[in-house]
Amino acid sequence: MTLSTTELFDASAPWSLNAQVSLRDEAFGALAYHHGTRRLVFLKSRELVELVRQLDQFESAHAAIDELVPADQHDRYVGALASLAHSEILRGR
Amino acid sequence: MGAKTSLRDRFERGLAAPICLTWELTYACNLACTHCLSSSGRRDPMELTTSEAKALIDEIAAMQIFYINIGGGEPMMRDDFFELIEHAVDQHVGVKFSTNGTRIDVAAAKRLAGIDYLDIQISIDGVDASTSDRIRGAGSYARALRAMDNLKAANFGQFKISVVMTRESVEQLDGFEALARHYGAELRLTRLRPSGRGADVWEELHPTLEQNRRLYRWLLERPNVLTGDSFFHLSALGESLDGLNLCGAGRVVCLIDPVGEVYACPFVIHDEFKAGNIRDAGFASVWTNSELFRSLREPGSVGACNSCGSYDACRGGCMAAKFFTGLEMTDPDPECVFGHGEEALRAKRVTLRPTPSPDHSRRIPVSISSR
Repeated sequence: MTLSTTELFDASAPWSLNAQVSLRDEAFGALAYHHGTRRLVFLKSRELVELVRQLDQFESAHAAIDELVPADQHDRYVGALASLAHSEILRGR
Repeated sequence: MGAKTSLRDRFERGLAAPICLTWELTYACNLACTHCLSSSGRRDPMELTTSEAKALIDEIAAMQIFYINIGGGEPMMRDDFFELIEHAVDQHVGVKFSTNGTRIDVAAAKRLAGIDYLDIQISIDGVDASTSDRIRGAGSYARALRAMDNLKAANFGQFKISVVMTRESVEQLDGFEALARHYGAELRLTRLRPSGRGADVWEELHPTLEQNRRLYRWLLERPNVLTGDSFFHLSALGESLDGLNLCGAGRVVCLIDPVGEVYACPFVIHDEFKAGNIRDAGFASVWTNSELFRSLREPGSVGACNSCGSYDACRGGCMAAKFFTGLEMTDPDPECVFGHGEEALRAKRVTLRPTPSPDHSRRIPVSISSR
């Protein structure tokens, strides 16, 4: 049995933007480029970009989401962060 | 977090800065490949100076362009080649450069291996010397392989082997895969375009419809083979190939040539697609304000492809391929997988193809045994 990206993501842990990643604002959200893996990732909303930029100020991903994201969208944003962690755009701290 | 299609629509309206910026460092080249996109050979006396080139890199860093694709000509022909790429990576601007490998001797390989954020693409055009040298010149294949040996010995890590798909090389796909495996390299395949000197050989060398279908299936099974989004015109055959699958010209890509001219993409070095020069007001100003780029970011006319159910998949194909074969922007791609491009070409037999400009080809044959 394999676990999904979301199941593997520990939202109760503290996360931050990987130091090897550059984030560039765009009208649709942002582009993130990982200089190590050479992968380009699209952040498809302004809200997600804000969340990612502020992650390191919270004790956990959950705490950041509780503060910054409307309640009915929490699951969606946990999923988005999980996917960013999977591609190493985010890093545990 | 919209659907994938809406993201593609956003890209077609343009970005704050290119995702993929190609910079041809020099028109000088010690080879004379028959399909050269930039008709390279002789250095242009007006090429950017070292300090102009460094200022451009500073601007690229300020615009947060994550990496640049450096080409030419042969970029290693510039005396300040290492100085420039080191200046870029020092500012976290990654460098991918394309080379014929002739200048990667043991010492150069060691120096390259010491630079972070550097990717190297070595070009060959066949899996054996006779196929490759027919396009790139006698001795070029052996020199490219020697470069790969030197990089391997210097522990450079994973480099890329870059191949343009011609009627001949497309028959050697498995051989390229094996060669890449031998070197622990990545394989990168790109489309032959009728640009630069490529216009002279395109008719004879571009893959047939049947070859393109085989190539499509081969690529679908190998998502790890890099294509630089070259073959999105083949996505009309069904499932989309990996990549953005759109023409990024002036929207997500562009080209800066050795004298600072900015063109919509690496395949349209022609006055018609010139957006401005970085020497006037810098690169950002051209990217943001050029009338040409602004018009490319407007939704275009679907034209002749309107009646085809696959337009969403291929978006009418490659602008450069159409332009240099004498087709209109609203015509199908000349290599349309359903043959509509060939029909359009037959219908326009009297149309004159545009002459590529500028031409830096050498006037005398090249011998690469000389250093």
